[in-house]
Parts: sequence; C-alpha cells; structure tokens
Amino acid sequence: MEFIEQLINGLRSGSIFALIAIGYTMVYGIAKMINFAHGDIIMVGAYSLYIFIAKVNLPPVVAVILTMLVCTILGITIEKVAYKPLRKAPSLAVLITAIGVSYLLQSLALLIFKATPIPFSSFIEVPALQIGKITISGITIVTFLVTTVCMILLTLFINRTKIGSAMRAVSEDKQAAQLMGINVNRTISITFAIGSMLAAIAGILFISQYTSLRPTLGTLPGIKAFVAAVFGGIGSIPGAMLGGLLLGVIESLSKAYISTELADAIVFGILVLVLLVKPSGLLGKNRIEKV
Amino acid sequence: MNGMEKKGNRNVLIKSVIALAAIILGYVAVYYMMEGGILSRQMTSLIPRIGINIILAVSLSITVGFLGELSLGHAGFMAIGAYASAIFTTQAAGLPGFLSFVFALIIGGVMAALFGVLTGIPVLRLRGDYLAIVTLAFTEIIRSVINTMSITGGAMGLSSIPEYANYTWIYIFGILTILVAVNLKKSRHGRAILSVRENYVAAEAMGIPVTKFKILAFTVAAFFAGIAGALYAHTYSVLRPGNFDYNKSIDILIFVVLGGMGNIPGTIVATILLTYLPEKFREFGDYRMLTYALALIIIMLLNSGEMKEKIKGFFRKIVPQGKVKPKKLQEKKGEH
Repeated sequence: MEFIEQLINGLRSGSIFALIAIGYTMVYGIAKMINFAHGDIIMVGAYSLYIFIAKVNLPPVVAVILTMLVCTILGITIEKVAYKPLRKAPSLAVLITAIGVSYLLQSLALLIFKATPIPFSSFIEVPALQIGKITISGITIVTFLVTTVCMILLTLFINRTKIGSAMRAVSEDKQAAQLMGINVNRTISITFAIGSMLAAIAGILFISQYTSLRPTLGTLPGIKAFVAAVFGGIGSIPGAMLGGLLLGVIESLSKAYISTELADAIVFGILVLVLLVKPSGLLGKNRIEKV
Repeated sequence: MNGMEKKGNRNVLIKSVIALAAIILGYVAVYYMMEGGILSRQMTSLIPRIGINIILAVSLSITVGFLGELSLGHAGFMAIGAYASAIFTTQAAGLPGFLSFVFALIIGGVMAALFGVLTGIPVLRLRGDYLAIVTLAFTEIIRSVINTMSITGGAMGLSSIPEYANYTWIYIFGILTILVAVNLKKSRHGRAILSVRENYVAAEAMGIPVTKFKILAFTVAAFFAGIAGALYAHTYSVLRPGNFDYNKSIDILIFVVLGGMGNIPGTIVATILLTYLPEKFREFGDYRMLTYALALIIIMLLNSGEMKEKIKGFFRKIVPQGKVKPKKLQEKKGEH
C-alpha cells in the first residue's frame, strides 16, 4: 500500500517536472539553446498567483488566467530582448545570457518580496479521494487532471495545427523552413510563449503543493526538469513527458526506501547511466554527424 | 644555422628571465601593497579569494576554452580537493604543518583529477549539452554524497581546518596554473586539444586520438580545481557542502566566458574584476545582484556579432573610413 502511495506521490511531482521539461525541450528543439531562466518563470508564476489571490483578492479562475498571461508575456519579452539578438552567436554566449536573465528575475523577486519565505495556502479545494486504503489528496487529483489535459492539448497543437507543423519544421531545419515561407522568428516566439505558459501552470501546481514562496523556488525544480528533458531525449516532447514522470517516481521511491539525502544523487546517477547507454536520451533521435 | 639556433635559444632565455622577473616583481608588489597599507583591509582580505578564483577560472578555461566543451561541474572538483585535503590535515595531526599541507595539496589535486577522469569517461560518448548536464549531475552527486557521509561532517561540514594556506602559497599555485595553461596551449598536446574544439571530425581524420585529449583536458582542469579547493579549505578553515553548489560552477564559468573563452590574460582580468566589484558594492545590498545580472546580459548582447556590426556601422557613419575590411566568412555552428 505504501508503495502505491509513494508511486502516486512520485507521479504527482513527476507531472510538474514534465510540464517544466516540455518548456525546456521545446525551446531546445527550436532555438538550440538551454533556457536557464525557465525555472525562474515558475517562480514568477508562483509570485503572480500570490499577488492576484492574496493581495488583489481575485477569484481563482481569473487569477490563474492572469498568471498564465503574465508568464507568457514575460517569456516572449525575454526572448525578444535577450535571446533574439544572439541567434547567430555561439551557444555559450546565449547560455550566459540566459543565466543573466535567471539572476535578474531572482534578484528582482528578492528586491520586491525580500528573502523571507511567504506562506501561501493553496486555493485548490478538492476533496481527497479514498480508494480502498489509499488516499489521494485533492491537489494530486487536480495535478494529474491538469497535466493530462495540457499534454493532450499540446500534442494536438503540435501535430494538427499549422503553427504546430511550422514548429516541427523549424526544429528540423531552420533554413529550409524559412525557404518554405515559415516565419521563423514568430515561430520561436510562439514556442517561448507556450513553454512559459506551461511553466506558469507548473508554478501554480508547485506552489499549491509546497505553500511557501521564495525567490529561488524555481531553481531546483528547474534543474530537475532540465535533467528530465535530457533523460527523455532533449528536443522530444514525448521524451520530456516520460522523463519528467520517471524522474518524479525515481525520486519519490528513493526518498521512501533508500535515503532522503541521497535521493538527488540517485536521480542524477541514473541519468548518467542512461546517457552512457543511450547518449541521446530515452526517446531522443540519434543524429549522425555530418561533415 | 648554428648561430640562428643559438640566437633563438637566447631569445627564449631572455623571455624566460623577463617572465621570471615579472612573476617575482608581481609577488613583491602585491605583498607590499598588502603589508604597506596601500590596499584597504577589505581588499587585502579579498586577495586570497581572487587568487583561488584565478586558479579555478584558468583551469576551467582548459576545458571550456581550449577543448570547447561546456563543463558545469567545476565546483564539484573543487569540493573533492577541498574535502580530501581537509580530511587529511585534520586526521594526520602528527606531521609538521608544512609537510602536511604539501601532502594535502597533492592529495586534493590527485583525488580531483581521479574524479576528472571518471567524468571524462562519459565524454567518450557525449558532446555539447549532454556533456554539460552530465558534469552538472556529477557535481550534484558529489555534493549530496558529501552531505550524507560522516567523515565529511555531513550538512554541518568541516571546521577548524588548520589555516596553512596564505598569500604565498596561493600566489605560487596561481602562477603554476597559469604557466601550465599557457604552455599547454602552445604545446603539441595543446594544439591537439584546440583542433578537437575547432572540428573534431577533422581532428579524428588527422589521426588525433580525440578521446585521449578530451580526458587529458578534463583531468588537468580537475587537478587544478582540486588544488584550488585545498587552498580554499586551508584559507577559510571551514567547509560546507553548500559552498560548492551549481551556482559556484556558474560563477567560474562566467569568469571564463567574459574573459574571452580560453584567453588566459582576459580570464585573469575578468576574474579579478568580477571578484572585486561585487565586494566593492556590497553596501548596495540587493541591488548589487540586480546590477550584476543586468551587466552580464548587456555585455553578452554588446559582444554579439549583430550588435557589434550595428555599433561599427554607427561609428563608420560618424568617422568615414577609406578602407572597409572584408567580412570574415561566418561559420555555421549547430545549424543541423
């Protein structure tokens, strides 16, 4: 019984990781850059939700929509201001810029909200579900539902819409896509928008679970989700989903059965092993290097 | 023929003498500035930190600058060196201080180098961002293992490590690191490493054992990071696992990138400035980090090709020039 409960816990945090990892993987697939500021968008999402609910007293639905809007606009702005001028620059320059953006968001949050953690009680009031001896909390149910809906919508969007196929084309070959009349810059902006929107949702779910706001709250889930994206094969959306869920489950099980302190080491150790066997991740494409 | 060779040798000799003189002069100058009260107390206390950061940055530029592989795990190697040496000096109390510290430095460096080889092995199969994430993973593994072991003091860390290190030790090892890096770049091995960075397929086709040189670069970098860790442990006498997290690796990486990726003098200047300035503006509190972040973004943007062209174009309008330099062929990277 305990095993199943741990499994459910793992799947819950895993689905949050998956939502964040999708953002990493989509941006990587299209812009070929690691967006280190992605984790901090989660933080911005969490703080905006706090402002809209606790300070402005908006109804939850409006607050959630506004939070998603804030993060989406932030994502697009960051891309336009900081990353777009560096499209042709070496990848390390972009990486350092992304780290700069991450520091910037964190220090802004530090200036506005100070370093002391702000308690924030969850607004999700769904009764817990009892199946036999297993109790599934309301937040867990909401997390599963929201994540599943997001993933289905995203899969449909990528595979069925025109913008979705434009995104796939750009990630396949930027120049060829441009020759086919696809607006590459707009496609990249849309990718950032979707990634940031998913990060906002992840931030809302995350803060509903951990109920404490800190300026650095996005860093660790950000790094773990990035690991999850690499785990599943960076650039692959199903891979990010799988990687996120697996990471959550491995973490939860090793916390419960091996050691709480060593859980991170185990997660990262498994990642290294997976990459040694499959260098491009679980579902990643193995690209042959062209000369 | 013989005469020319002699002349060449003499030139090398003169250069070496000048370099040696500069090294000694630099040592004496900084020493007198510290002792003579020219530098403020705050600055004097910063000197060891600057020295250790220079060792870290110069050694990281071997992997990032020369080899061209992104490493996000330099703090991990530093942690290994710091803990290994500190455990040695606190356990082996019988030895005289000097000898104990020499052994500790060697142990710190060698242990870190061993882990460098360990991390270097995945390099056989991974490249680019995948490699970066593996180095990050290694640091996190090292940190959480240090956090749980009893010999390392767990989350409490180690304290009352003897303060053997001082300005002289740090200076000697700083110079040693710089000399190794500069000479490596000029040597046959160094050129092989550079060729791997430029085009590893071509390098492999020319018969360069790519794997061997990647591991070599990783090991040398890790060795000096270990030395830096040992110096750190014996300067501040307190170690916490949190000192060596991923942010520390990022800080070192920023020194290297802003210093010009493999440009050793640039890296040193960037390290000195970026260690000194944040301390200098400590009174601004939280705004300091904000400024640092903004500066980072702006420097990277101004340094990018597009912006450079715009700025050049702007100046060309103001100052008409006769000659226009031919544009360099733009290299396409990561496009497929």
